[in-house]
Amino acid sequence: MLPDLPGDQLVEQLRLMLVIRRFEEALIKLAADRDIGHFHVYIGQEATGVPALSLLRDGDFTFTTHRNHGHILARGADPARMLAEILGKETGYNRGKGGTLHIASLEHGFPTTSAATGGCIPLATGAAFAFDRRGVDNVSVCLLGDGALEEGSWHESVNIAALESLPIIYLCENNSLEALGQKAGEYPSSTMAAAPLTDLASIYKMPAIAIDGTDSAEVYTTMKTAVERARAGEGPTFIEARTVRWPGNRPLWPQLLTGETDVAMMWDDDAIPAEHAAWHRTNDGLLTFGRLLLADGHTIASQIGEIDAAVTKLAEDAVQFALDSPYPAPEEALADVFA
Amino acid sequence: MTDILYAKALVQVLRESVEHDDRVHLMGQYFLGLTHHREMMAEIRDNYPERVYYPPIAEVGYVGAAIGAAMAGLRPIVDIATASFIFQAFPQVVNEAANIYYMSGGKTKVPMVFHFNQGIRGGGAAQHSHSPQAMLWNTPGLEIIAPSTPADVLGLVRTAVASDNPTAWVDHIKLFDVTGPAPEDANYSIPFGVADVKRKGSDVTLVATSWMVQKTLAAAERLAEQGIDAEVVDPRTLVPLDETAILESVSKTRRLVVADECHRRCGVAAEIVAIVAEEAFGDLAAPIRRVTADDVPVPFSPPLEEYIEPTEDKIVAAALSVTS
Ligand SMILES: Cc1ncc(C[n+]2csc(CCOP(=O)(O)OP(=O)(O)O)c2C)c(N)n1
Ligand SMILES: [Mg+2]
Repeated sequence: MLPDLPGDQLVEQLRLMLVIRRFEEALIKLAADRDIGHFHVYIGQEATGVPALSLLRDGDFTFTTHRNHGHILARGADPARMLAEILGKETGYNRGKGGTLHIASLEHGFPTTSAATGGCIPLATGAAFAFDRRGVDNVSVCLLGDGALEEGSWHESVNIAALESLPIIYLCENNSLEALGQKAGEYPSSTMAAAPLTDLASIYKMPAIAIDGTDSAEVYTTMKTAVERARAGEGPTFIEARTVRWPGNRPLWPQLLTGETDVAMMWDDDAIPAEHAAWHRTNDGLLTFGRLLLADGHTIASQIGEIDAAVTKLAEDAVQFALDSPYPAPEEALADVFA
Repeated sequence: MTDILYAKALVQVLRESVEHDDRVHLMGQYFLGLTHHREMMAEIRDNYPERVYYPPIAEVGYVGAAIGAAMAGLRPIVDIATASFIFQAFPQVVNEAANIYYMSGGKTKVPMVFHFNQGIRGGGAAQHSHSPQAMLWNTPGLEIIAPSTPADVLGLVRTAVASDNPTAWVDHIKLFDVTGPAPEDANYSIPFGVADVKRKGSDVTLVATSWMVQKTLAAAERLAEQGIDAEVVDPRTLVPLDETAILESVSKTRRLVVADECHRRCGVAAEIVAIVAEEAFGDLAAPIRRVTADDVPVPFSPPLEEYIEPTEDKIVAAALSVTS
């Protein structure tokens, strides 16, 4: 199902999902030629972030993690300045101080980005505390991975939010389904005795809902209820959005194992390669979203093709902009320690 | 003595520790970080599966549990991975482990090792580049080792595992690629509190620990080309510290440069310099110099990171400034 929105807004959401996809693919390709360090991509989770964050407005705050690119792009950030930050350039959102792990853009509602697992949870809770005490109807969104629930900061913060009825949505993106895990020498994820993960919030007496993170309608309506609740002063909500881990995210370093996304897979089953067919057919929320738009007559294949071409160009231009941009002057390192 | 890779020596000493003493358990297993060497850990994972514990992402929980286990019969080697994550575990490391033996009036022992990969790693940015050894040094009750070569990691970790005290193992992520001679004697160990003069010289004393020892040795070679004969002293353990070796070297050369990757204020260099100023002021023929990281969070961008880092060039320049 699709979110209950006018067709043009749905098409815009598809465009944003494609911006994220082409951005991350361009980044992975860029990293093949040069050492740009360790980074994390949002491929496979676009159908969660885009509909969920479309509900925010000016003054709302969002706190994300090491896997932040998609969230910030979903709120309309400029891919060129994002990539420039990832390459440590002067033109980046944070003038090269932060890099991929710490992209922050106050104008898009991202005051700081912590790459310490669970680091965002107290901060997001504190922003909600400020909105509450200031008497404004803004909300704070805490985007966290399933792994962050293992940190003590989760329990300490969520208790405060519940006791104080704070305007916050904890949107936990559980991308651990089919992850490899530590014992394989790969990334850790979801080592939790508690199951389902919603139990970790419901004990604090708040709505705790598990949804399919590739089902944009479910994401949108669940988030809408949570945001309205928070704005009305009715307190926090916990949402667990489940997605199957993108195969390219199972190794430590992202790899284009499923190839560059061919949007024709939305309308032409023959375009789906045999390898990773299940991924393309059922697990990739972006492709699912496109198929639903086509089925409901909100768009046609040629329009998707045009959008994709424009977005692909945007990502290519972003790469060029980032590569052409200068590094900051070295002594800039000493600036901005204090306000 | 045959040449071996630091990463290999590290895995060897962990494996032998597990093999020789069934009280030794590894809690956490990112000893080689996310570097390409990490697969070497499979040797331990596969041969001693029941001796490797894979914790959740819960530093205060599992590092604290290692401390508890140490009081109850194990000798854990707990891996905190990136040193910056030790802050998540600080309540247990600093306020529990370090105090237990003292608070119990010398009764309860905490025989364990905390391992972490510290330092400016290249692109780690502000939250993955810390060198917490100075903060730990400001915590009485913790032993601190900082190996800089394959031989030292073998010898120091053997002593750390045998020690009845909580010991922090400061391990710079750039050391893994260092190659050097290592003794084959399985009983080879290095007593704590014994510095190693890594290069003999007479014109200036260069004190350095961990990865900075490697940079300082390279700087000393460059100084030699300019006719300056530098002595490089590696304390190897910060707690206990071999003050005598440092003071003896300074009394000979009458000049001191300390290179250290902590931030400048209250860093490891600050403490070493303070000791020399107190104990050997009369020996000095020139002001002391520190080469440290600047007092800013570590920036991501490569040229900014390099700007604030204590580099070989900066060590050479500091040594020249006190010898000319
Ligand atoms: C305090 C802390 N401990 C450990 C890490 C290392 N680390 C980086 S990402 C990660 C896994 C996080 O899993 P999750 O929150 O589910 O996010 P995902 O990468 O799956 O999106 C870990 C353990 C860290 N960054 N911070
Ligand atoms: Mg996860």
